[in-house]
Amino acid sequence: MSNTASDVLLSARDISVTFGKGKRAFRAVKNVSFDIYRGETFGVVGESGSGKTTIGRAIMRIQPLSGGEICYGGQRISGSIPPELDREMTRKIQMIFQDPMASLNERAKVEYIVAEGLYNISRYVSREYVKEAVSRALSDVGLLPEFASRFPHEFSGGQRQRIGIARALIMQPEFIVADEPISALDVSIRAQVLNLLQRLQRERKLTYLFISHDLSVMRFICDRIAVVHLGEIVELADTDTLYNHPLHPYTRALLSAIPVPNPQVEKEKKLLVYDPSVHDYAKDAPVFTEIEPGHFVLGNQKELDGYRERLAKG
Amino acid sequence: MENDVVLSVRDLVVQFTLRGQVLTAIRGASLDLHKGESLAIVGESGSGKSVFTKTFMGMLDKNGSVKSGEILYDGMDLAKFTTEAEWLKIRGRRIAMVFQDPMTALSPLMTVGKQIAETLELHQGLKGRAAKQKAIEILRDVGITDPERRYKQYPHEFSGGMRQRVVIAIAVACNPEILICDEPTTALDVTIQAQILDLLRDLQKRYGLTVIYITHDLGVVASVADRIAVMYAGDIVEIGKADEIFYDARHPYTWALLSSLPQLGERGEDLFAIAGTPPNLFRPVKGDAFAPRNPYALKVDFQYRPPYFDVSPTHKARTWLLDPRAPKVERPKNLDRIREMGGYIHE
Repeated sequence: MSNTASDVLLSARDISVTFGKGKRAFRAVKNVSFDIYRGETFGVVGESGSGKTTIGRAIMRIQPLSGGEICYGGQRISGSIPPELDREMTRKIQMIFQDPMASLNERAKVEYIVAEGLYNISRYVSREYVKEAVSRALSDVGLLPEFASRFPHEFSGGQRQRIGIARALIMQPEFIVADEPISALDVSIRAQVLNLLQRLQRERKLTYLFISHDLSVMRFICDRIAVVHLGEIVELADTDTLYNHPLHPYTRALLSAIPVPNPQVEKEKKLLVYDPSVHDYAKDAPVFTEIEPGHFVLGNQKELDGYRERLAKG
Repeated sequence: MENDVVLSVRDLVVQFTLRGQVLTAIRGASLDLHKGESLAIVGESGSGKSVFTKTFMGMLDKNGSVKSGEILYDGMDLAKFTTEAEWLKIRGRRIAMVFQDPMTALSPLMTVGKQIAETLELHQGLKGRAAKQKAIEILRDVGITDPERRYKQYPHEFSGGMRQRVVIAIAVACNPEILICDEPTTALDVTIQAQILDLLRDLQKRYGLTVIYITHDLGVVASVADRIAVMYAGDIVEIGKADEIFYDARHPYTWALLSSLPQLGERGEDLFAIAGTPPNLFRPVKGDAFAPRNPYALKVDFQYRPPYFDVSPTHKARTWLLDPRAPKVERPKNLDRIREMGGYIHE
């Protein structure tokens, strides 16, 4: 894939997020930078507590930044922005949540749940328009328009996740943050929802930020992946490069832990355990470096030399 | 009964009463559990895999009961148990369970050590200092460093992986014969998941446990199971050695489960997805329960429930496709790739 600067839809520059103040301050995201290109699926993978969800929330503008800035289509969208831009971004950037059992209002009918975003950005929405938009959104995600008059508890997990997707689609977004959208679903339902997400992306040229801890799903759906560890991106590359030539020891540990559905391989598998003390960062601080075109890794000079050597060997 | 069979389930039927309606959660399932093996039960949610194993410990919800069938264990029929007193001799003591979510399986108000010691006091009659000593020993066994200090801590001071180790410690504290692990790693991160699976494998060897894993993650299954039972709509539709299920599955439902693995998908193409939804178990199921979703279904599948057909002495499947009169059917092509699939790290 050849990407030029003009294809960049969203870019994060040195963003930091800090929780708490003073002595108790905790930096959940530390000077993270990345670009997301128009039409791609950008994956953020990491363990719980790594800050991957916080990055997603920062882009959603739910979480204020303590440093750096986020630009969307060249315009800064973090910090205080004019109300028109705020409204535009609320529409253009939508989110799909992890747990379809927890993210739908149990007391509201599907019609209201799906249409709520419309009410929020425009105060004068005609009833006919809402009705039509809801039934269109529902059929886009493979649900029957009749479902609009039902309550969430009448649906299965997979159907509820589709309602969650319809709620995002009705805003006609350009960019969707999907935070573990399939983790709570069964294997067979997972495949259906993944296929749906891929189809919608093709049809509407959507851009996804896909947050997950499941590397086997990431390999299938993402174009590029950033590996996050303790609030820092340790490695970023296109999917094939990352899986074929992982450099950072943490990435390698993560990849070695993916369960492979092949008993012969799985029983002989050696697990790599990541030990952060292998890094000697006291004298030589690590830099996030582009080690080959499109492949970034965090390391100090000595480590980077080692990585280059490994890449040269192929 | 063969002599290495520790637990034998025969034609088990379990029903629940919900709002006046009867739901048949287990529809005549049979299973032999061999001593020292690790058996994985896989299936979608609602397939009955949890309910099935809960009957071995008398842990069904109040509205559920065993309608017919036998659960033979050590000369007893567990299906006939009616009182709590009978179950207390089995539950926790001889058949123990590791629960899915370590956040909810532990009491937040009690120190971790107390929770283990409690089990020891209840089941093994250890008291005071002896129970504490033993609890510390078990904490060390499950890979918790500095167990003396950890003994006095509360669950909130533990990470998810460490908490799951504590849950495992409680389960193995009484030296059970059978350990049931219900989605033991679903709530955990991949790297922690791998460590917990390692621990379980190691404990199985050291304590000579027979382990039942309940999971929907076929990757986990590949790493831990000697044998695999595939459950669908309250019945075991296929059972065999791990290799037989992964490389030579015969039931169309097993094919479908394996095919929908994201590891088998190609980026940009659609993943295989099973059409339709599982049957409504409030109504009687006619024929093969999977038939309405099965692209390979024969006419007979809609009328008669298939019996088990033997594929090998260790491998059998409940599908009419194995009947000699059935037409020859090719299994999905992408399943051939399972054999070639390697790990992601090559040295």
